[in-house]
Amino acid sequence: MKPRHQRMVAIGAGVALIAIAAALVLNAFQGNVVFFFSPSQIAAREAPQDKTFRVGGMVEKGSLKRQADGLTVTFIVTDTAKSIPVTYTGILPDLFKEGKGVVAQGKLGPDGAFHASEVLAKHDENYMPPEAAHALSKAEAEKAAKSVTGGAR
Amino acid sequence: MNSELFRLAAPQAFFPVAGKMLPWFSFLAGALALAGLYVAFFVAPTDATQGEAYRIIFIHVPAAWMSMFIYVMMAGWAGFGLAMNTRLSGMMSSALAPTGAMFTFIALWTGALWGKPTWGTYWAWDARMTSELVLLFLYLGFIALKGAIQDPARADRAGAILALVGVVNVPIIYFSVQWWNTLHQGASVSLTRAPSMAAVMLLGMLLMALAAWMYSIAVALARLRRIILERERDAEWAKLQRSTA
Repeated sequence: MKPRHQRMVAIGAGVALIAIAAALVLNAFQGNVVFFFSPSQIAAREAPQDKTFRVGGMVEKGSLKRQADGLTVTFIVTDTAKSIPVTYTGILPDLFKEGKGVVAQGKLGPDGAFHASEVLAKHDENYMPPEAAHALSKAEAEKAAKSVTGGAR
Repeated sequence: MNSELFRLAAPQAFFPVAGKMLPWFSFLAGALALAGLYVAFFVAPTDATQGEAYRIIFIHVPAAWMSMFIYVMMAGWAGFGLAMNTRLSGMMSSALAPTGAMFTFIALWTGALWGKPTWGTYWAWDARMTSELVLLFLYLGFIALKGAIQDPARADRAGAILALVGVVNVPIIYFSVQWWNTLHQGASVSLTRAPSMAAVMLLGMLLMALAAWMYSIAVALARLRRIILERERDAEWAKLQRSTA
């Protein structure tokens, strides 16, 4: 082998070794790299019990309720399998909506509800003009209506 | 063919070639950016959920793509130079680094400005954002390390090792949104499936991405010519070049 081929092999091996090391480290960190826990993970007691953490999922449709003081809100975060009630006092981000993604930071209370100190909206990767979004929701509603009438028959 | 490539590997031979390519890439960068900005501001519709704030993608996404791709190119040239002992490769990696750092900064900065109105925060320590910040530090470290060593050959070798170690960060940035729960959304455009984005929006974004490519090539070539002249300052041809320029 020529010296430059030897160096090439050495560099290739070096990069491969670093990649393996990084993969092992990241694998060991798996639990700590997670930005938020899903309601299912909380139900399985994978989330820290008396420390601050984040919960992420969808805001369940029809679950958003505003308290009498006008600032405190309660809603249910769901990952379709499990769900968890959340209470929060403060201003919600613009993109916060029922049926959309949300990440809330806070603690699990003794009542089983999640007391959030910060609420962030999690956006999905879909970009479309309003007309397309309107058409999409209309089509979905029609599909739902069809399946209901189909079930009644 | 092969001998022609080897001839171009000499800084003296590549200097005029880079000078000839420069205006073409500059022109393409300008033309594509104009077309892209026109589509971005006048043709692309408002997004259904984000409103006008989504228009950040026309600069944010191309900048983030370039930040990762330029790093891979930079590390590739640095590694090639380390193995082959070619002088031009080290200069090439030096020429790419500042542009890569700039795109990384743009990606982080525009992302923060977009994050406040949409997510409700400028910054969160999620995997995507943190690894992109590490990328910025890698670029800055690469530039600083090379600048701190006087002898160009030693600077190239030291820089190459840093660049090659850092290259593991690039797949981490790219796949972070798949591997972990992150605040950052997943990819809207990927090679493996149809884009989840309206066609006009995608067109504007791709035009801007192409403009960013052309800009990067043009700026890297211009910077490369300066680096060649600086390093070859004692060679006769470079002295001649400077006296005519």
